[in-house]
Amino acid sequence: MERLRFFLNDKPVEETGLSPTTTLLRYLRDRVHLTGTKEGCAEGDCGACTVAVLEHDSQGAPALRAVNSCLVLLPMVQGKRVYTVEALKEGGKYHVVQEMLARELGSQCGYCTPGIAMAMLEACHRRDMDEPWKLDAQMCGNLCRCTGYRPIREAANQVAGLRPQDRFARALAEARPEPMALAYEAGAQRFFTPGSMDALWDVLDKHPDARFVMGGTDLSLEVTKRYAEPPLLVSLEALPELHVLEPRGGGHRLGATVWLTDLEDYARVACPPLERMLRYFGSRQIKNRATVGGNLCTASPIGDMAPVLLSLGAEAVLRSRAGERRVPLEDFFQGYRRTALGRGEVLAYVDVPAQPEGARALAYKVSKRRELDISAVSAGFRVVVDGEGKVTEARLAYGGMAATPARARRTEAALVGQPWTEATVEAALARLDEDFKPLSDHRGSAWYRAQVAKNLLRGFFHETLSTPVPRLAEGHSATVQVR
Amino acid sequence: MSTLPSSPDTAHAQQPGPSHSPLHAPAPHESGLKHTSGEALYVDDLPSPPGMLVGHLVTSTHAHARILRRDASRARELPGVHAVLLAEDIPGDNQVGPVVHDEPLMAVDEVLFLGQTVALVLAENAAVARRAAALVEVEYEPLPALLSIKAAVDAGSFLTTPHVIGRGDPDAALAAAPVRISGECMTGAQDHFYLETQASLAVSGEDDTVHLWSSTQHPSEVQAIVAGVLGVGRHHVVVEVPRMGGGFGGKETQAAPFAALAALGARATGRPVKVWLNRDQDMAFTGKRHPFWGHYEAGLDSEGRLLALNVELVSDGGWSTDLSHAILDRALFHLDNAYFVPALRFTGRVARTNLPSNTAFRGFGGPQGMFVMEEVLNRAAELLGLDPAVVRERNYYREAPAQLTPYGQAVEGNRLPRIHAELMASSDYARRRAEIEAFNKGSRWTKRGIGFQPVKFGISFTTSFLNQAGALVVVYTDGSVQLNHGGTEMGQGLHTKMRAVCAHELGVPPERVRVMNTATDKVPNTSATAASSGSDLNGMAVKQACEVIRERLRPVAARLLQAERGGEVDALAFTGGRVFLPARPERSVSFAEVVHAAYLAQVSLSSTGYYRTPDISYDRVAGRGKPFHYYAFGAAVVEVEVSGLTGEHRVRRVDILHDVGTSLVPSIDRGQVEGAFIQGVGWLTCEEVLFDAKGRLVTHSPDTYKIPAVGDAPEDFRVALLERAPQDSTIHGSKAVGEPPFMLAIGAVTALRHAVAAFGPSRTPVELASPATPEAILRAVEVARAAGALPDGKD
Repeated sequence: MERLRFFLNDKPVEETGLSPTTTLLRYLRDRVHLTGTKEGCAEGDCGACTVAVLEHDSQGAPALRAVNSCLVLLPMVQGKRVYTVEALKEGGKYHVVQEMLARELGSQCGYCTPGIAMAMLEACHRRDMDEPWKLDAQMCGNLCRCTGYRPIREAANQVAGLRPQDRFARALAEARPEPMALAYEAGAQRFFTPGSMDALWDVLDKHPDARFVMGGTDLSLEVTKRYAEPPLLVSLEALPELHVLEPRGGGHRLGATVWLTDLEDYARVACPPLERMLRYFGSRQIKNRATVGGNLCTASPIGDMAPVLLSLGAEAVLRSRAGERRVPLEDFFQGYRRTALGRGEVLAYVDVPAQPEGARALAYKVSKRRELDISAVSAGFRVVVDGEGKVTEARLAYGGMAATPARARRTEAALVGQPWTEATVEAALARLDEDFKPLSDHRGSAWYRAQVAKNLLRGFFHETLSTPVPRLAEGHSATVQVR
Repeated sequence: MSTLPSSPDTAHAQQPGPSHSPLHAPAPHESGLKHTSGEALYVDDLPSPPGMLVGHLVTSTHAHARILRRDASRARELPGVHAVLLAEDIPGDNQVGPVVHDEPLMAVDEVLFLGQTVALVLAENAAVARRAAALVEVEYEPLPALLSIKAAVDAGSFLTTPHVIGRGDPDAALAAAPVRISGECMTGAQDHFYLETQASLAVSGEDDTVHLWSSTQHPSEVQAIVAGVLGVGRHHVVVEVPRMGGGFGGKETQAAPFAALAALGARATGRPVKVWLNRDQDMAFTGKRHPFWGHYEAGLDSEGRLLALNVELVSDGGWSTDLSHAILDRALFHLDNAYFVPALRFTGRVARTNLPSNTAFRGFGGPQGMFVMEEVLNRAAELLGLDPAVVRERNYYREAPAQLTPYGQAVEGNRLPRIHAELMASSDYARRRAEIEAFNKGSRWTKRGIGFQPVKFGISFTTSFLNQAGALVVVYTDGSVQLNHGGTEMGQGLHTKMRAVCAHELGVPPERVRVMNTATDKVPNTSATAASSGSDLNGMAVKQACEVIRERLRPVAARLLQAERGGEVDALAFTGGRVFLPARPERSVSFAEVVHAAYLAQVSLSSTGYYRTPDISYDRVAGRGKPFHYYAFGAAVVEVEVSGLTGEHRVRRVDILHDVGTSLVPSIDRGQVEGAFIQGVGWLTCEEVLFDAKGRLVTHSPDTYKIPAVGDAPEDFRVALLERAPQDSTIHGSKAVGEPPFMLAIGAVTALRHAVAAFGPSRTPVELASPATPEAILRAVEVARAAGALPDGKD
């Protein structure tokens, strides 16, 4: 059987006998005693465990990515270069991110600080830190309870895009990171990373109940919170066929295994409603590991990719050894955390079609906290208005309102054929209570969800009056950008 | 420039002069660089001693139940399990209550909250411990549980008798008042969410001794409780605190049970034992900021001046007393905030519920009390159509007799009128308020608001005898210094300040002073590092210890410098690592030379120091006294924007002017002000602690419990420390800073109310719940809109 192999702070590491669901965090602290990396929550919500992994970006160029080591399972870094906070100080000299954090008093108790430093390290080596909002987007996955963040912002601002000639720059220049195939086994647990589609089908033939995993941003919680020991995981990371992100027929093909960070970069120009959703999706660390396919296949009622893709008329492309089939996304979700995927079948792509003439489209996410929170309500809207100002098509998709992400069919029907006016919207909104009977929970009461669901459509109407597909305004923006 | 030298220890001053003192100058955090590199060690980072076991808690699954049976026999048989301990395995007292002895370490016949410890598993690793925990059999007979203040009040369930503070005849004054306001308000719990969860490591030694490394703000109390649980003298227990990854009050009393379990496990097995809580356990097992219910009746004149105020407070103490008494007292002491109330009756009581035992949290009841007063003044301003800042200014404490607090202490040196004037000008409040009014008229879905918040906060432990501290300063013959003091470092920068005080007194560069881990065998019988008092109390003790050593060195230095004539000895200056006569600075000796000479002359090079706060006392029965050494002051102006579609808000700008006296280290104090403010904003907006109908914590991790993230910090955050404001009889003129700025965040509520009101007609009463989550704000917006829709809506 194969060994786990990767580079830790530039030193090669080989391991056998460790459970494949050992998290990178526990490995660092318990096995190799690198205690700089802290556990603050073991669920990717605090960032204290942030480390950097050398990956490639959507253009295939090497990129240093901050990730939550509490959610990374060891086989996921096979062949990769992993850097912990201990790698920052070189030859007895502190790194510029450390020096700036200390100078600005960006640490008080210091427990979140190693994670903050590693998130800043990614910012330090990013080539696209050209706009102020990117700072908060970079740092929102790191909770600090002491400072109130002002000095952390200052420090991050000073290092963003600096790209010093440090060990990371040397690694970026030299490394050609490629995901490596792996077949790993320890005890009763196995972890496969097939390197080709044929190898994938072989695994699935033998183990039709295998669970798929990519970044583990959802699945790893079963390990860290419920102490599950899944017997077999299959990672789709080393399948170049699925890792595509490209324009297609006036629309877009989104590979199931594309990291959301890359999708966000792509969507900024190509598909503003998607960017609008992704701006407040998770954190930088989460988006560096979460994928389109993972987010859709968990089929959570509050998966944030679903409403916007539903509203844009996306189709899921499913592949198996037998071939390919296309499923409208609304039919992909079959119930609470159930999908249309059959045995031996994977979600390969999501195809977003070309948007029709006269389309107005946007997406919204509302949560208790703006950043790194789970939606109370999310929504993707697309309304097509003809030359006479009449609605010819309406796709209103919501998350958090039902057991699956779902369209508001009755409300849609009340819009179609009507003039696209405030009066039409107000009249149609009465139907939303027939479409959904939302639940009350700690994220919001049924009243709040129903009220916000309506208000988002009101906001959508006003926001798209002058610009059919508005870009996200810069700065700290409200969810609905209307005065 | 990508890297800098790692060692700052190159700044050995050669040029003597007053500028070498590190006091009153900005400086980085003493451990700042180590924080950034992971070299700073916390309890869970210490190298595991050989044979270390994991201590895992088995906890109750009911909020209130009788225990019918406990059986650990199956769990004990599991390979890898070294022991499973129950209450009867405790050699000493099964008791960890810090003030009132109502807190068993392990439950015997009844559990009083969901999460109470019933058994302790000691196993080779966490996985085995969890499997063993599942095999511990506990049979419960569920009993009715009280899960809210209201349920407890209805059931007559209290932890304290009422504490009453009164003055004049408030009922008559209320009856005569032209304007009367009455109502209820609630403030919610708040989890400390220190990034480092509770952690203890215990190693047993010979003669029944135990050495603990504990993440605690109160090592002496941990020592006392551990000794009690083990049934040994306190001299058998040493508690050491390396540093904490945040405390905020959550490790004042509540580190002790976990330390006691670790010590118990170490004694029982002979192995080192670590008890470390993961985030979900930490949040479920430990207490939070006390929720408070308040009822008020206020009488004012038509210009918003308070004439009378009756307030009844009830806090949720949880299942045991913990510090609830003192927290309630501080809430009562801060109901007045900065305002003179001629006639009043403040009553407070602690309810007992079947929830985790609520505990100290930055402000210690002060924020909860103050919130009620600010609610009254906001409602008065809304009712009277006045600027809430004006209403506040009209009510400030003034000259006698309007300088007496409800408990009879005079507000001396009231800096609020000055702070008010300076902040109004520097924040451009009046112009911005007018601009906001104009903006709101032209904006349908989005409204802005501005709020002004003054704070007066009493400094001292209100349990007067706690106001004492000690230090132990050790000088080695190379002139290097080890500094021990009774305070603990939780991030607040106490060690940075203490090192500066020590370096100043001895006249050496701060790099020559090493602040040691806080340990009960170095400085005994300490008070908690709490009540914002760490620098005030320990600073004085450090200063005293250093003075003793310096005065012993003085004649030695005089001999070396041949400056022994009358007056010259006393004139010698110790600064910048050198000793010299100011009149002859060109002729100096190094501190190290003096120390070495002193050693050869058989002069002692170590000293303790001690300080107690003079002239404070309080009579709880009479409700009268001088509980505070002095008051700290500050004020904030907060501007927000609210979405009337989602109820979301963002903080656009914050201006703070805060009084820290003459700051010991201004960069540290600024960090305290900023951090406290944002923590307060979290308490009042996004942080919501929720329990289900069975008393199970629903918001038990950052997935569901949301503290502020980077985007919640104000876009524009301007913090200034009040200049030229030295305080009498404190360490180098400084003032405490840890807690007071927390309450400045109430200004965000005033600002939110301003924005919410703008969705309705003028003088719309605002009904905004706390915390002001998006849902709470949207509800308030809907109520305001409905007021505008009413046919008889006044406009």
